[in-house]
This record gives sequence, structure tokens and C-alpha cells, in this order.
Amino acid sequence: MIKFEQVSKTYPGGQQALRKVSFHIEPGEMAFLTGHSGAGKSTLLKLISIMERPTVGNVLINGHDLNQIHRRQIAYIRRDIGMIFQSHQLLMDKSVFDNVALPLVIEGYSRKEITKRVDAALEMVGLRDKVKCLPITLSGGEQQRVGIARAVINKPPLLLADEPTGNLDPKLSMEIIRLFEDFNQAGVSVFIATHDLGLIARMKYRTLTLKSGMMITDGLSEDWQEEESSGLQGEL
Amino acid sequence: MSILFKGRAQGAHDSVVSLPQKIQMFFVAHLRQALSSLGEIWRTPVASLMTIGVLGLSITLPGTLYILVKNAEQVSAGWQQASEISLFLHKRTSDAEAQQLMKRLSLWSEIDEVTYIPAAEALEEFKMLSGFGDAIAYLDENPIPDVILVAPTSKHAGPTAARLLLDKLRKEREVEIGKLDIEWLERLHAFLSLAKELVTIIALLLFLSVILIIGNTIRLNILSKRDEILVMKLVGATDSFIQRPFLYTGVWYGLLGALIAWITVAILLFWMESSIQDISALYQKNINITGLDGHALLVMLGCSVALGLAGSAISVQRHVKEIEPK
Repeated sequence: MIKFEQVSKTYPGGQQALRKVSFHIEPGEMAFLTGHSGAGKSTLLKLISIMERPTVGNVLINGHDLNQIHRRQIAYIRRDIGMIFQSHQLLMDKSVFDNVALPLVIEGYSRKEITKRVDAALEMVGLRDKVKCLPITLSGGEQQRVGIARAVINKPPLLLADEPTGNLDPKLSMEIIRLFEDFNQAGVSVFIATHDLGLIARMKYRTLTLKSGMMITDGLSEDWQEEESSGLQGEL
Repeated sequence: MSILFKGRAQGAHDSVVSLPQKIQMFFVAHLRQALSSLGEIWRTPVASLMTIGVLGLSITLPGTLYILVKNAEQVSAGWQQASEISLFLHKRTSDAEAQQLMKRLSLWSEIDEVTYIPAAEALEEFKMLSGFGDAIAYLDENPIPDVILVAPTSKHAGPTAARLLLDKLRKEREVEIGKLDIEWLERLHAFLSLAKELVTIIALLLFLSVILIIGNTIRLNILSKRDEILVMKLVGATDSFIQRPFLYTGVWYGLLGALIAWITVAILLFWMESSIQDISALYQKNINITGLDGHALLVMLGCSVALGLAGSAISVQRHVKEIEPK
């Protein structure tokens, strides 16, 4: 589903965010991306959603090279990717309904179809009763769930999440992750960037680790923990 | 259709099958956006009214000047038809010869009417009107020549045609002096065409300012909605989708500005009506001021809407592209 081939990204000014990163996430897979702040997680996600372009190498989604995508086509690419952000990126002066409906309005659905789908999506994230609220009146966890409802409203085959549990307590974080698991079971590929190692530790998912722009581990979270602990022992 | 995922329906365009339904949805979507732009203007009444007021006054000035020139043209068109040629005959011309000339001239196709004023008759009239009655009685002989007044047909009444006719009449043997008093008319025409050009120049300058005003207003609108535009781009809105509401805002500004201009022009005319009546009473002539007729009004509305669209188009082209999620 997502394939990186020897991808490097150097920002203007010389800061090297990614160095020769390669990996492949299969369709229908759920994977985590982790690493310290500044390790390059956000840059990697931005390359997938074409907010940035790689300096060297190719990023492919479903076999299509994103380097071949023209600036005018980017909007259509983003309609295939549900994106969830740590800062939620909600429109604070619009109701929950309007926020969740936005992707459908952009794609030109009828009012009837929009109402039907928004209701279903809000039902899924458990916010059916907040449909008329403004996001500002909701808690952090609820705002994040509005963001998730918006990301899945047009049934994208791929979900990207950048620190989706960033400001949430462990119980709420787990609820959010369970939501992602539900989507994954419905066949959606899910790729989550997080530095919440405790969260990953409780699950058996493939985990990619970045360190100063390099991919240092790629494997099941259990293997990775063993490596981490053995590394720690080595250091000791 | 999705670019990345073959067979994945993307948007309503793929799921709706029939063409009429697509066309209907296209218009419904546009109508919705147009109305929401109008709502946006309505929600910020003070700022919007100031912009619309400036636009209205910018359009009022050329509108008023246009009416002035048009009315001046109408009034002078009446005068142009009255051009008359006076032919002063040689002293030695006899009565019979004058009559013969009359007959010849009345056959000319350029001439509508010929009037003969014999010298004696002219003297009588002069005596009566000038008040020099007694003084004239001392003259040995009548100093006034016989005069033939020639009224050209309407086709030959214009300044150039009348001048040609005058040259032709001067060649007649009996005619000593031919006089056509059209110089003042020519000056008036020249002045009017200058005024017309002036109106065009002023209109162009003000139109340019309308484009700049609308462009700048839309630019501020775009910048104040920066966050919203970023989010829309993140969830897959195309530039043209984001631009559309701003274009509609420009159109509304243009339309509302033209309506303000129309109302202002109507008020100005109403205000000036009494003084125009005074003038027409002085000239013993009925001057009817024509306001903006349907055609001119449509042109004004059309121009204004086009300017609004142009101003906002220039602005969105530049500024929507600049806002990109990073």
C-alpha cells in the first residue's frame, strides 16, 4: 500500500530529515511509526500526503509513484487518504456536523447522502449526540474522534494518523486505537505515527522506528522491544 | 475516479449516473455557494457596506457624467437640424432674377425650403426691430441686399454637408455672400466629443480602482480564512473549489455596488430636476432629462459584475495558491 524506496529528504537550509528510508506496508496492514521528536516521523507522513516532496527516492502508494503526481492532482490524492492530526485541524467556528461533512461537501455529495453518512460516522465514534456542538465545547478526546470521523467519512483505503493520542490519557488513547483497529478489520490500511511507546507495547503490531532520519528497526513490536532491551543491556 | 485506486468511486460525480442529475447538482452546488457568499457579506455588515459604498460611488461618477453627455447630445441634436443658410444677393440683381434663382434652387435635392426676403421688406423689419426707424429714413438708398434663406433637407443639415451645400450655392452668379452660422455648432460638437472622451478616461480609471478595491478586499478575506483553507486543502479540496466562494463574493460586491450607483444617480437627478426646470423655463424650451434607461442600466450592472469578478479572480489566483499545508 505504502512503499518507500531509498527516500531522503533535505529541507532548504541543509537539515536532513530522512536518510535513505525504505519500507513497504501491505494493503490491509496496520503499522506504527515511532521515534523521538525530530526523528523524522512527521516528515515521513508529509511525504505520503504530498505536503512535502522527497529530495531523493520514490514514494509509492498502491504502486503509483507520487513523484509523477502533478500539483493539481494532489487534492484528488488526499481524498484517498484519511488524515488524523495531533492538533485535530478542526474548524472551530463550524459545528461537528459541518466539520465531519467537509470532505463530502468538497466531493459534491447531495445533502441527503451527507446527512446519512455523517450520522453513521458519528455513531461509529460515539458522538451521535454532539452533532450540533461546536468543537471548542468538546473535550480533547472528543475532538480527536471528530477528526477521525472526518477522516473516514469518504471511506478511504488508507488512514494516516500523526500522534493521534498525543494529548490523551492512556484509557482514552486505547479507545482511539481500538477505533483504528475496527477500521483496519474493515480492510483499511492504517499507519500511525506516535512516540507513545507504552501504547505500542500493549499491542502486537508492526513497528517502524526512526532515529535521526534513519530507519533503525522494522518488525513486530515484541521483537523491537527485545532489541531495545538487549540494546539497553549492551549499553549497561 | 480516484488516481491511486482503480475502481474506487471518488465523489458524487462517480456515483451519480445520469447526466441531467449531474447538471442539476452542478447548478445546485453553485447556487449554494453563491448564497453562502452572500450570507458571508451579510454577516459582516459594516465592513461590507463600506466596501460596497466605495464601489457604488466609484461607479456613480462615470454614470452621472454619461447622463450629462447623453443629455447634452440630445439637446444639441435639436439645434443641428435648424442650420439655415443665408444668401445675400448682388445689389444689381433684379426682382425677376431673384425669383428665377428661387425657382432654380427649389429644384435642388439638397434643399427643403427657400424663402425670399426682398430688400424693402427686410428694411421695414429692421426699422421695426432695431429702433433706428428715424435714422434709417435719412439714408439715400436701402443698404440691405435681397436675401434668400435656404433650409437644407435633414440629410444635408449636418455641419459638413451644409458646408458643401454652401460652397455650391456661392457659385451661383447672383449670390454675393453666402453665410452659414455653424461655427458655434462645430465648436459645441468638438466640445461634446472631448467631454465624451473625458468620460471614457474617467470611467476607465475608476473601473481600474474598482478592480483594485475588490481585489484587496478579497485578499483580506482569503487571509482571514487561512486556517479554514488549510484544513480544506488537507481533506482534498481543489484550488478551484476553494476559490469559488471568493469569486462569488466579488460578483456580489460588483452587483451591490452597481445598485448603490443606480440609486445614487436617481437621487442626483431628482435633486437636480428643479434647477433644470428653471433653465428650461429661461430658454422657453422643454428640456426633458433622460435618466439611465434599461439598456444603460444593464450595461452598468454588467460592467460592475465583470469588474467584481475580475478583481476577485486576480486576487484568488495569487493568494489561494500561496496557502499550502506544511
